[in-house]
Amino acid sequence: MVALGPPARTLRALLRELRYLSAATERPYRDTAAYRYLVEAFRAHRVTSEKLCRAQHELHFQAATYLCLLRSTRNHVALHQEFHGKGERSVQEAAGVVGLKLPQQPGGKGWES
Amino acid sequence: MWRSCFRLGAGSGSFPRRACLLPASRLGPGDQAGPAPGLALLRRAYAPPAERKKFYQNVSITQGEGGYEINLDHRKLKTPNAKLFTVPSEALAVAVATEWDSQRDTVKFYTMHLTTLCNTSLDNPTQRNKDQLIQASMKFLDTDTICYRVEEPETLVELQKNEWDPVIDWAEKRYDVKIGSSTNIMGPDIPAKTKETFISLLASYNMWALQGIEFVVTQLKSMVLSLGLIDRHLTVEKAVLLSRLEEEYQVQKWGNVEWAHDYELQELRARTAAGTLFVHLCSESSTVQHKLLQE
Repeated sequence: MVALGPPARTLRALLRELRYLSAATERPYRDTAAYRYLVEAFRAHRVTSEKLCRAQHELHFQAATYLCLLRSTRNHVALHQEFHGKGERSVQEAAGVVGLKLPQQPGGKGWES
Repeated sequence: MWRSCFRLGAGSGSFPRRACLLPASRLGPGDQAGPAPGLALLRRAYAPPAERKKFYQNVSITQGEGGYEINLDHRKLKTPNAKLFTVPSEALAVAVATEWDSQRDTVKFYTMHLTTLCNTSLDNPTQRNKDQLIQASMKFLDTDTICYRVEEPETLVELQKNEWDPVIDWAEKRYDVKIGSSTNIMGPDIPAKTKETFISLLASYNMWALQGIEFVVTQLKSMVLSLGLIDRHLTVEKAVLLSRLEEEYQVQKWGNVEWAHDYELQELRARTAAGTLFVHLCSESSTVQHKLLQE
């Protein structure tokens, strides 16, 4: 059994990720199927009622896993765009990525002109 | 014959030699249908698969006979083998639909892990049966990451002991087996009884869940950590951290490189989370039980 913190925090974080995702379609995130499903699931399993005997922790673990999926995918895409998504780099850029500069040669390198 | 004429005409030295050395008699009838050989050879072999332009606007879910289906603008989503895309659980369908819906101008297949897992389960491209899937996962137990220990440096030895031993202890108690750890290059000596226990444990899962389990195991390179995830003993973040423990140690010592360490960390987390979620969504049976009926 692993501690996951309050479920409300997980739900809020999930909704924040949904807001990021809905920027792609430019529709409000409250219209998405994921929003309806998540809110309904969290509401239905808020307390273990007499009728529903599903362990609340199980659902919360799934929610936390989904949150991790959405969050890491977003970060991964951002890093991919930043470092790998632009094709091949120029020599200057490649040197800049590792914090170096190309040497300056006052008289030119000899093969120009 | 037109092919060799084309090659001679266009060649003039700039063509790769391999194309010219290929005797004309070895060209099968299937080759005629392909693109011009020069174009195929000039393409870089390691280029990543292109992202597709986003070709749909709306994504919706319908309930069909075999399960839940995804519709992209009134067309049904198909797998790469042109099977109908159906998933057994509603939650999985919602998650897959969200993946498709959240693509911006291009469809980035490398970020859609749940879709990929569903496709693999539906198509089963390598035609593996249940035993082969279980064996593929079990292979990682012999060389389990958290059973391989280093002897130096001392701080890393201590770190591995403090972080990995509790997980092994938990697994030994939970499944009533003996696992142990080793600093030998041959790896730990896992008893046959332990393997039998894990094989029978894995055999209790269905094919879909097993595909997910194998995916998680191959990501984390550890059977024990994967079982910890599937049994909800570890969070994804924790399991990924334990799997990359030595790398984290080196990062703390030598510094973090965003485009290598962070990139891998986020990708590994995303893949592991997708696999874990997939296993849980595919293995849960009827989740609602009426209390009155039990008495």
